[in-house]
Amino acid sequence: MATINYIPERVSEQEARISLPSKLHEWLVTVDHKRLGLMYIATSLAFFCVAGSFAALMRAQLAFPNEKLVPPDVFNRLFTVHGTTMVFLVGMPFFAGLANYLVPLMIGARDMAFPRLNAFGYWMFLFGGILLYFSYIGGAGLAGHGTAPDVGWFAYSPLTERAFSRGTSTDYWILSIFVSGIGTTASAINVIATVLCMRCKGMTLPRMPLFVWLMMIVSAMVLMALPPLTAAQVMLLMDRYLGSHFFDTQAGGSAILWQHFFWIFGHPEVYILVLPGFACASEIIPVFSRKPIFGRAAMVGATVAIGFLSFGVWAHHMFSVGMGPVSNIFFAASTMFVGVPTGIKIFNWVATMYGGKIRFDTPMLFCIAFIVHFLLAGLTGIMLAVAPFDWQLTDSYFVVAHFHYTLLGGLMFTLFGAVYYWFPKATGRMLSETLGKWHFWLLLIGFHMTFDTLHFAGLLGMPRRIYTYAPGRGWATLNLVASIGVIVQAAAVACLIWNIVRSLRKGKPAGNDPWDAWTLEWATTSPPPEYNFAVLPEVRSSRPLWDLKHPEDPDWKYE
Amino acid sequence: MVCAGIFLVVAGVLTYTIIRFRARRDDVREPAQVYGSNQIEVAWTVIPILIVFVLAMATARVVSAIQNKTAPANALQITVVGHQWWWEIRYPALGIVTANEIYVPVSTPTNPAPTFLKLQSADVAHSFWVPQLSGKTDLIPNRTNTMWIDPRGEGTFLGNCAEYCGTQHANMLLRVIVQSPQDFARWAASQRENATAGAGTAAGRNLFLSLSCVNCHTVKGTGAAGTFGPDLTHLMSRETLASGVVPNTLENLRAWVKDPQVIKPGNLMPDMQLNQRELDEVVSYLSSLK
Repeated sequence: MATINYIPERVSEQEARISLPSKLHEWLVTVDHKRLGLMYIATSLAFFCVAGSFAALMRAQLAFPNEKLVPPDVFNRLFTVHGTTMVFLVGMPFFAGLANYLVPLMIGARDMAFPRLNAFGYWMFLFGGILLYFSYIGGAGLAGHGTAPDVGWFAYSPLTERAFSRGTSTDYWILSIFVSGIGTTASAINVIATVLCMRCKGMTLPRMPLFVWLMMIVSAMVLMALPPLTAAQVMLLMDRYLGSHFFDTQAGGSAILWQHFFWIFGHPEVYILVLPGFACASEIIPVFSRKPIFGRAAMVGATVAIGFLSFGVWAHHMFSVGMGPVSNIFFAASTMFVGVPTGIKIFNWVATMYGGKIRFDTPMLFCIAFIVHFLLAGLTGIMLAVAPFDWQLTDSYFVVAHFHYTLLGGLMFTLFGAVYYWFPKATGRMLSETLGKWHFWLLLIGFHMTFDTLHFAGLLGMPRRIYTYAPGRGWATLNLVASIGVIVQAAAVACLIWNIVRSLRKGKPAGNDPWDAWTLEWATTSPPPEYNFAVLPEVRSSRPLWDLKHPEDPDWKYE
Repeated sequence: MVCAGIFLVVAGVLTYTIIRFRARRDDVREPAQVYGSNQIEVAWTVIPILIVFVLAMATARVVSAIQNKTAPANALQITVVGHQWWWEIRYPALGIVTANEIYVPVSTPTNPAPTFLKLQSADVAHSFWVPQLSGKTDLIPNRTNTMWIDPRGEGTFLGNCAEYCGTQHANMLLRVIVQSPQDFARWAASQRENATAGAGTAAGRNLFLSLSCVNCHTVKGTGAAGTFGPDLTHLMSRETLASGVVPNTLENLRAWVKDPQVIKPGNLMPDMQLNQRELDEVVSYLSSLK
């Protein structure tokens, strides 16, 4: 068994000597899941830098009371585009990219089920994203100014109706999400079809890596959660151009209807964003603890439970709209119950580490920080689920801090962990550990400077989405510290970018399996060839490479 | 409290794990391969469910206690209407209309005097939030929400709009002034009066009434009866201008009338293009509306 026969021949000399234009052309017309995956990831990281710099501008404006750096209309566009970008053009596509890259490799397939649909999805996402930013030039606002949308990423009606949002900026918001949503849907269908139909011999569903399981669950959630948003957006477009009155309160429409539509998409969306983070952590933590994941079946079950429950909690975003006590109590209770499966996952990750031999390489550091952040975010989430508490804290900076804890502290940390973990596979070169550690510690310090303090600003009554505030309400120092934290975080991201640029050219060669891992993607070369495996693998347990490395004690004996 | 307890326990175990189970450099053997335990999974499913159940019950009690409270007979009834970007405050029983500043009597254990608020919106969704007095309730067009406050101490409490409502959301500020019952009665009596124009402001008054100011503003006892902007009948009795952006001084009033877009860019009051003389006259009239 010592000879792993999945490894293909080396790339021929001829193939290595292709001219640059034809190389670019190859990327443009590619339907290879690995190239598309990398394109997704690179594009979303680019959007991440843009939207991150928007956040930095907002923090600069809020660093001191009554600052005049950014005027109110510009500020409102900044937070609208920041939120929209981070959710639709960073969070979702980054993990669409990872799923694209890794799912076929992990299940021992040669490509996704629908390679061309895959390429179509990517290009829809890219052009949807470009459409959002094009509004800065093309969105005719008042007096012919170009203008980006300024209605918030949640776009509450009736602020989005033509009476209050003139010009075309809101239309750009609708259409860009609409178009990129087509791409997301395509990629979700593709992942499900691939997982169900393309697994290699012996890869039964129970043996599938947790990453693949979670990506499949997320894809199913996407298919269920996106349609309400799309429907609401179509209704809004009809309101704006065809004279319907769904959300037009001046003609008897309902403002709350939009909120229901938006959040029945929006809350599952939170889990759609964060479950891929869980997926990465569930691969990285076992490998660096040198133990299999604790309670595999419970992990899958908990994820399915989160998926179901997440569709029954949406109105906890709406405790303050004046629902009756029965609805408030129902949504408070259902929200708290999401904490149970989430807790199970956290316990299982800790139990995986318990009794292991933990190696603190950069990917693992990010995952440990993720567990702590998600624990805290989950607990502040339970606090917010207590409706009377929420009446005080909703739409305050406490909520801003809470969900940045889940999405930055949770999602972004695992995202970076994933970059460090799979970069060697995708490029054949290691990222520098020294720069990685700099990246991690700077990000950790900056993150806590920014978001720990914002919890307290919220407790002191600072509302969200304000472009300025008066001195004397106790918010100034907290905001200043938060803004300084952003500088530290920016330095951390600079470390990552430099690390990637440097390692692409002179990183240490990675070899096929630098982390001594157990899933199939490590059984082929780094980077894998177009056809992934020379021979399609055959597996007998959930850790096929463990079985190969430890023929004396293989996993399949215990299944 | 519960949350802090949970955090300490889990973070404690995690820290212990990280320190105790570090990989030693010389140790290359793999650790014991443990796949899980059904008993443990059941334990850490059931215990959180029990905690959540208790929390949910406690929440249900508080929610129904707050939302099912009915107004006692002596409660003060106020209607608050949200506008882009200011607050219209109406006391229907007292016949008072004002803006951005809510006066209420203090409530004491011996003499409880809660204030019940009816919340409506004239345009987009807003949210009423005075952090020290209560949580938020939204003001939503085509809908009437209710909430109540029961302030137990005199003083001024600052609040804000808490639902994003457009360009000047940040400067849709609000203050609640809690007074002794006597002071409140005195304030209410003075607010009920019609406007009393001071001596020597006739020119300003006539100018004001001849301009389009009257399309949006009301001055009780004159022809000005617009309702799009704040009621100006007792403008000078208010502490701030422009929904709490600047203190109500003569200087600020003048700057505001001269060009409202400087103090609060994006607000819906246009620059009236008054010349120096007109500005003097209008401001002297407005500043006499005590």
